[in-house]
Amino acid sequence: MLRFILNRLLLIVPTFIGITLVAFLFIRLLPGDPVILMAGERGVSPERHAELMAQFGFDQPLLKQYADYVVGLLHGDFGYSFSTKKPVLSEFMARFPATLELALCAIVLATVLGVAAGILSAIRRGSWIDQATMGVALVGYSMPIFWWALLLIIFFSTTLGWTPVSGRISLTQFFPSVTGFMLIDSLLAGKPAAFWSAVHHLILPTIVLATIPLAVIARQTRSAMLEVLGEVYIMTAKSKGLAQRRVIWLHALRNALIPVVTTIGLQVSVLMGGAILTETIFSWPGIGKWMIDSISRRDYQVVQGGLLLIAAVVMVVNLTVDLLYGLINPRVRHR
Amino acid sequence: MSATDDPHLGTAEQEPLGPPPISPLRENWRYFLANRGAVIGLVVIALMVLTAIFAPLIAPHDPTAQFRDALLVPPAWTDKGRPEFLLGTDALGRDILSRLIFGARYSLAIGLVVVTLALVSGILVGLVAGYFGGWIDGLIMRVMDIILAFPSLLLALVLVAIIGPGLFNAMLAIAVVLQPHFARLTRGAVMAEKHREYVTSARVAGAGTLRLMLVTILPNCLGPLIVQATLSFSNAILDAAALGFLGMGAQPPTPEWGTMLAEAREFITSAWWVVTMPGIAILVTVLAINLIGDGLRDTLDPKLKRS
Amino acid sequence: MPLLEVRNLTVSFPTAAGRFDAVQGLDVSVDAGEVLAIVGESGSGKSVAMLAVMGLLPAIAGVTADAMRFDGRDLLRLTARERRNLSGREIAMIFQEPVASLNPCFTVGFQIEETLREHTGLSAADRRHRAIELLTQVGIPQPEERLASFPHQMSGGQCQRVMIAIATACTPRLLIADEPTTALDVTVQKQVLDLLLRLQAENGMALVLITHDMGVVAETADRVVVQYNGRKMEDSDVLTLFENPRSPYTRALLSALPENAKGGRLSTVSSFVPSAETAG
Repeated sequence: MLRFILNRLLLIVPTFIGITLVAFLFIRLLPGDPVILMAGERGVSPERHAELMAQFGFDQPLLKQYADYVVGLLHGDFGYSFSTKKPVLSEFMARFPATLELALCAIVLATVLGVAAGILSAIRRGSWIDQATMGVALVGYSMPIFWWALLLIIFFSTTLGWTPVSGRISLTQFFPSVTGFMLIDSLLAGKPAAFWSAVHHLILPTIVLATIPLAVIARQTRSAMLEVLGEVYIMTAKSKGLAQRRVIWLHALRNALIPVVTTIGLQVSVLMGGAILTETIFSWPGIGKWMIDSISRRDYQVVQGGLLLIAAVVMVVNLTVDLLYGLINPRVRHR
Repeated sequence: MSATDDPHLGTAEQEPLGPPPISPLRENWRYFLANRGAVIGLVVIALMVLTAIFAPLIAPHDPTAQFRDALLVPPAWTDKGRPEFLLGTDALGRDILSRLIFGARYSLAIGLVVVTLALVSGILVGLVAGYFGGWIDGLIMRVMDIILAFPSLLLALVLVAIIGPGLFNAMLAIAVVLQPHFARLTRGAVMAEKHREYVTSARVAGAGTLRLMLVTILPNCLGPLIVQATLSFSNAILDAAALGFLGMGAQPPTPEWGTMLAEAREFITSAWWVVTMPGIAILVTVLAINLIGDGLRDTLDPKLKRS
Repeated sequence: MPLLEVRNLTVSFPTAAGRFDAVQGLDVSVDAGEVLAIVGESGSGKSVAMLAVMGLLPAIAGVTADAMRFDGRDLLRLTARERRNLSGREIAMIFQEPVASLNPCFTVGFQIEETLREHTGLSAADRRHRAIELLTQVGIPQPEERLASFPHQMSGGQCQRVMIAIATACTPRLLIADEPTTALDVTVQKQVLDLLLRLQAENGMALVLITHDMGVVAETADRVVVQYNGRKMEDSDVLTLFENPRSPYTRALLSALPENAKGGRLSTVSSFVPSAETAG
């Protein structure tokens, strides 16, 4: 097991170096002068231009620039936002809880519903329940989620008026930020009204973001369960006289979960991509919207830093899932 | 145990010496046709292709023509609808149905171009990595890991930010993002096939490296690649529509479905049909392709077929 | 009254090409404490018939029989609860692939004790004690430590021993062994067979041994049923079978044994196959 962990850790080092390289090259690969590009229509005076070139280090040789960049990263320097003049890292940290809260809600919803639907489909294979569930899963899997978001807004917000259209919480609610999670902070402040407002704001974005992972997890759980249910050890379990419940929920599910956990881990990357669309549509103040805004504002230092940080988050989650995989798979844990 | 206990074991367990016989295409086809969903998907896509090819003949109007007297006309079956605009018009008075019909051209072209680019480059990269192994393999696979470490839509967005917005650039970016899946699949298959007897015998017979890679090994890894290509086709359409929606893909007034949705966003409270129609078009297309993909997977994946 | 009585058992599966009869009109009876061998090549329906007895066939399989009784109880009309009380306690089964038969996610000890928990009132400590006793009985060294092992940490032979321990945990009256040695190394095959026969004798249980190995039959069985193509070809005691086989298929099987080879050439059963249709 220890060797498995070390192996995984070693494998991500080159990938991480590669990610810094991609983020570094991003600005340098932009066609034309990066400072003029970032200044955009406002323009920039020749003196200011030279000053900025020196400040960003663009006047140095490429290798020196990369070395400086990596040294900066090691000191927690991810660059400065061109438009707000604040450090990219602190801007990221200010927005990350919003994305995390949304992503966590989505992955929990997708996992709980997806695994349940997958199991149900597998044990009722071929029944109308199976066919309906897998039909819905295929539609979800094929869904353009930005359009799905608009549909939900039309129906639940505009027509029924049940849910708000944008933001994380009603503007009339104030409470101190402790964890950055609205659901937790509102309860810590003892304001149930604020909590319910946050819940209301979360519903639609969570559904939208969870749609594709939910469909993927349901499909994967079903096929994993079907494969496991055909194994000889399931026959052994039945021949021991165990209850159907125990055969399915202990003997089959325990094995089927191994590939499903991997699938759930892979959805984190999907969630981060989906967050860009979901946050843009629901004006959710997280890093997805931040990235889109920065791209359209040509705030390339932010895009660079954000790219790196998002990839790092995805990598850390994938590593955790890999280790979890090792933990739940006895064939890895006890070599 | 003596070899004669079960007379059939002796012949059944012999390793095949030559390449396995070419998969019986006709049998696969019949198996595929038995899958109702796959057939429906195939019919929908066939209709879509016909629509795209004959768009100028089918479309009732020019997709860019603006009817100044007919702004935001609802679909024909509603009270205020007009029969000449079957699915209504948008804010500039353009016929939505005609735009959707022409949009089919873009979506299918996007899928085709992206998959071709990603498939060809991915197969080449994967063949090289799997065949040569060693540090070449290590290097190539780390690069693929790096590409896969980024959320695909984010990476595509950033690539488009570098090379500039536009439909073709968006397709390039999506192809780059989808390519590692093909490379990994090909590499895995090549690694598995490389040491099989039929490859060795082809090498002994004097086949060159290129011939070994392309003619001997590749045809035996095709099944999973075809399935992945189908999945990538639908992903390409979805991603391109998302980029269009974010303003980084096809630019107005191109009747690309995602771009149409971006233009329609401000009318979600007032004109539902402007928002609904392009989305249905995307959903139906992607759904049909995924149905075909599921059918192909069941047909071509022998492991699933047995169950 | 026989312990297990099966009359006119037919098992059919719906396939794309129509109904396929895996077992056609099979009659088998097993007396208490006897060793019955069912012989036939793969696909002859011998495993399917026994899976039908165990109630382990998938729901799509059509199982019909004039009678299928265990100790007088009608196996076709058991409720789920009655079936569960029977399986693992009075009838047990072991399979061809020992490694695949054990759940890879649970320890050997857990899988043995699970049966005891289901069918006995033993306390946790007693269950553990009994599991160690069982592992000793089936010849696994260091049983206390082995309880914590996972199946992938053991050899195929050891896994089959564990399966035998699980199957005999509640001292069943009937044990069905489906090609229990086919997947094992030749040296281990004999040991596992001897173990099965020893436990059969010690516990006085009936043993149904499904095999395609006439050598195994000669060494172990009291009585033999020969299956071919879903039908029963022969049902006789083992001496009669070897000395005076009735069906041409059995004769072909016997002449294929190396001892009976004449003139340096082994005969094959496949030469028999066409006439089976006319004989059947």
